[in-house]
Amino acid sequence: MAYVAVTGGREAVEKSIELLSKYRTGGESQVEIEAIQERMGLLIDRIMSEAGFYAPEYAALALKQSEGSLEEAVFLLRAYRSTLARSWYSKPISTEDMTIHRRISAAFKDIVGGQFLGATYDYTHRLLDFSIMDETQEDVKKIKEKWQSMQEEAEPIKVPRVSDVLREEGVISCGKKEEELEDITLDPITFPAPRSARLQTITRGETGYVNGLAYAGIRGFGQSHPTVGELRTGDVEIIIDYPMAEGEELYVGSIVCTEVESFFSEESQEESQEETNELKLGIGYGLVFGRNDNKAISMSILDYILCSEGDGILNNQEFVLLHGDCLEMSGFISHLKLPHYVTFQSKLDRVRSTAKKEEPEHE
Amino acid sequence: MKNEKTALTLKHLVVKHGDGCELCNNDESVLERNRCPHCKTIWAARDVSLQVYQGEILGVVGESGSGKSTLMKSLYMDMEPTEGEYFLDCYEQGQKNIFELSMQQKKYVRNYLLGMVYQNPYLGLRMFFSSGANVAEKLIAAGNRNVANMMNQCNRLLSHMEVPVSRVKEPPRNFSGGMQQRVQIAKAIANHPPILFLDEVTTGLDLSVQAKVLDLVKKIQLEYGITMIVVSHDLAVIRMLADRTIVMLDGKIVEEGLTDQIMEDPQHIYTQTLVNSLL
Amino acid sequence: MNKEYNYGFLDEGSKKAIRRALLKAVSIPGYQVPFGSRELPIGRGWGTGGLQITLSILGDDDILKVIDQGSDDSVNAVSIRKFVTACTDVETTTDSEEATVIQSRHRIPETPLRNDQILVLQVPTPEPLRHVEPLESVTRKMHAEMDYSAVWLALYEDIVRVGEIEQGADYPVMVEDRYIMNPSPIPRFDNPKLHMSEALYLFGAGREKKIYAVPPYTKVESLGFEDFPFKIENMEGRKCHLCGAENVFMDEFFDAATGTKMYQCSDSGYCMKRRSEGMNHEE
Repeated sequence: MAYVAVTGGREAVEKSIELLSKYRTGGESQVEIEAIQERMGLLIDRIMSEAGFYAPEYAALALKQSEGSLEEAVFLLRAYRSTLARSWYSKPISTEDMTIHRRISAAFKDIVGGQFLGATYDYTHRLLDFSIMDETQEDVKKIKEKWQSMQEEAEPIKVPRVSDVLREEGVISCGKKEEELEDITLDPITFPAPRSARLQTITRGETGYVNGLAYAGIRGFGQSHPTVGELRTGDVEIIIDYPMAEGEELYVGSIVCTEVESFFSEESQEESQEETNELKLGIGYGLVFGRNDNKAISMSILDYILCSEGDGILNNQEFVLLHGDCLEMSGFISHLKLPHYVTFQSKLDRVRSTAKKEEPEHE
Repeated sequence: MKNEKTALTLKHLVVKHGDGCELCNNDESVLERNRCPHCKTIWAARDVSLQVYQGEILGVVGESGSGKSTLMKSLYMDMEPTEGEYFLDCYEQGQKNIFELSMQQKKYVRNYLLGMVYQNPYLGLRMFFSSGANVAEKLIAAGNRNVANMMNQCNRLLSHMEVPVSRVKEPPRNFSGGMQQRVQIAKAIANHPPILFLDEVTTGLDLSVQAKVLDLVKKIQLEYGITMIVVSHDLAVIRMLADRTIVMLDGKIVEEGLTDQIMEDPQHIYTQTLVNSLL
Repeated sequence: MNKEYNYGFLDEGSKKAIRRALLKAVSIPGYQVPFGSRELPIGRGWGTGGLQITLSILGDDDILKVIDQGSDDSVNAVSIRKFVTACTDVETTTDSEEATVIQSRHRIPETPLRNDQILVLQVPTPEPLRHVEPLESVTRKMHAEMDYSAVWLALYEDIVRVGEIEQGADYPVMVEDRYIMNPSPIPRFDNPKLHMSEALYLFGAGREKKIYAVPPYTKVESLGFEDFPFKIENMEGRKCHLCGAENVFMDEFFDAATGTKMYQCSDSGYCMKRRSEGMNHEE
């Protein structure tokens, strides 16, 4: 009987998975993990950021395994991550000591330490470059050689933060420091959520979601327009307390990340004798794995809005924080494809029951 | 009309917004109106005490910022007071301070013993539920689990409030302001609570509509003998409804007495201005 | 078993944390215990809550049955069973009487469960107050204060508008006169099986990070009014076209060739067992 959907499930699933491997290996070309990792860096960054797991090689593997599906790749990394025991917490990373790749400020023309445009697509003209369509090994080598010689001469750049200068001047409003830090990967987030939990949630948020909400926030559904005080991208060191000897530290590696501080003007919260309050600058903070300017900026906007009072939709922590996790949103949407025979039957029973009753009334 | 049994007693209610400072905590004469010029603390209610007798209507009059809404919110437990004691004779023989009850006990008091009609119907009604369900909510909260019985009660109450039965299935958002207030009143008295609070219920309504709502309030009071506290900035409303009146200014009671007396012979300079402006 | 992963996939610390949440859930029937839900290789929304419970309680002696919509062979049941067998050594079965642990989505088996059995239900929306109040911080308070009139009001409003309670599956229940609980989207037909049951019911919502439980011999009442009582789906006059069973929950479908409406047991294990015992439609 062809209609019976309840048997043959096992075979169907197995065949479907087999078929996937055919899709994954379509065509003649070979996709090397190395190639994905080296040439699809921004995609890798985005996946690691949403997975909350810094592992470029595994991210490349995940991409290869999932035909380049971003959400599947994030999923693979997350699922792998949850099998790993948590051995150490690192010391707080110090972004002041970041080795700068890129650093800009939209607030000041001149900043202490200078601006470094770094590598950005911002000023490219978005014209398809047909010349790299048939790029040869030789072409690539030439570019590499050119940069290699320049890199050897360059000193690593370290610069102070833009906000430090303003903080000294006393125009930055200082928020409260949270002593206890939450870890949202171990304990569920509870509301009202402290800032540490909010920042962790947003930095793992789906990039498009974070950007979209921040866009809504500056278009009129938040109350504020930011000035990007500083955006910096570079290497930061990860350091842990050396487990074998007290007081000693161990360098375990470095990661690339992008940090943003956005400035907003706000009424001072400090008590004042005057009739009118002073204005101060509030800071929204964003930090994401890898190179991802927009997500870091958007994160700083959402952080600021969530720190401020208001009854807009973006001030609502539960709305902003509970709907942007890549796994949760795509998981719940995709589960709608599962059979709902039973619940539908139950719904149908209700519809029929009311239909029967209404008929005589109309007669 | 009035017997001498108390229904509600409030002692030394204090509500402040802000921590207060050494100056305003010790000497209220430093306050500018109800606000401390040093620490900006607002003293919304300053040592307010009152008694309401069974079956009486107590009027509370004052301008905005006088503390009358704070008083009302504290009595209906929409707001946590800073200090004070609050007794209802219909709850534990008036022996328990209502402010100190657990959340569940407070809920019981709100659901069974008190009714509230807000100035803004959006606070008192679910605008997207039918008007019938809005009234039924009070009955449900008080444990009624019989749909036919509740529907009958709701229809009767609403038509008593001159909301046509044909519109019971409609949500209040479709209604005019006056009609929304009438649904709110129906909801507030659905459980026959011994005590009803009315907060500026006619503010913002047309004069003719105001008169109709006030008539209804009078009617309910006569029929059910509910004890009421009516808050208004409008002395005309108070004059029409209240047996006794208290006058509030800057978070304090400045005058109290029989409504007629206050109208004829106001003592406090603020009351005199109020009464004069009425004439 | 795949040796690259820990027994039960999750690390021991995580499994212990989940078992602690389970103990709390059993101690407070119907109360939703928040827990640090871990990511699994199965989609969020595809049963990860139930699966985390299953993985945390399984031992080598257990026999597992996995069903989805009552069926052992439904695609997601297959996928979950495959995953559990890959990372544990437990045996699986399709016979609900043989199983010690049953993980299910949307059904409780027809054969009454015993005292030595655990039913793990997958939950999409654990919060019964969610449709009347979107904020978690508020619904937690409502539970604490037993402020449930909004739920009753929603049922009442249904009756005012359409003359019936509209809720189909996932029909709310009151547990031990204290907590209103979503029984997961089982049909109303299955709700009465929760009441004073011999078996332990565990509910897991992975995406929403909640665990709750109905221990054996717990009072579980479906909400209803005196004159509009709770009603199960009408299965009257329906007979399984394969095994001839009546008074069980039926799937309804249309014969592809003739277009006539037909019925079949939703619990496929139950249906198969009846047929293997020689029962069929003709009897």
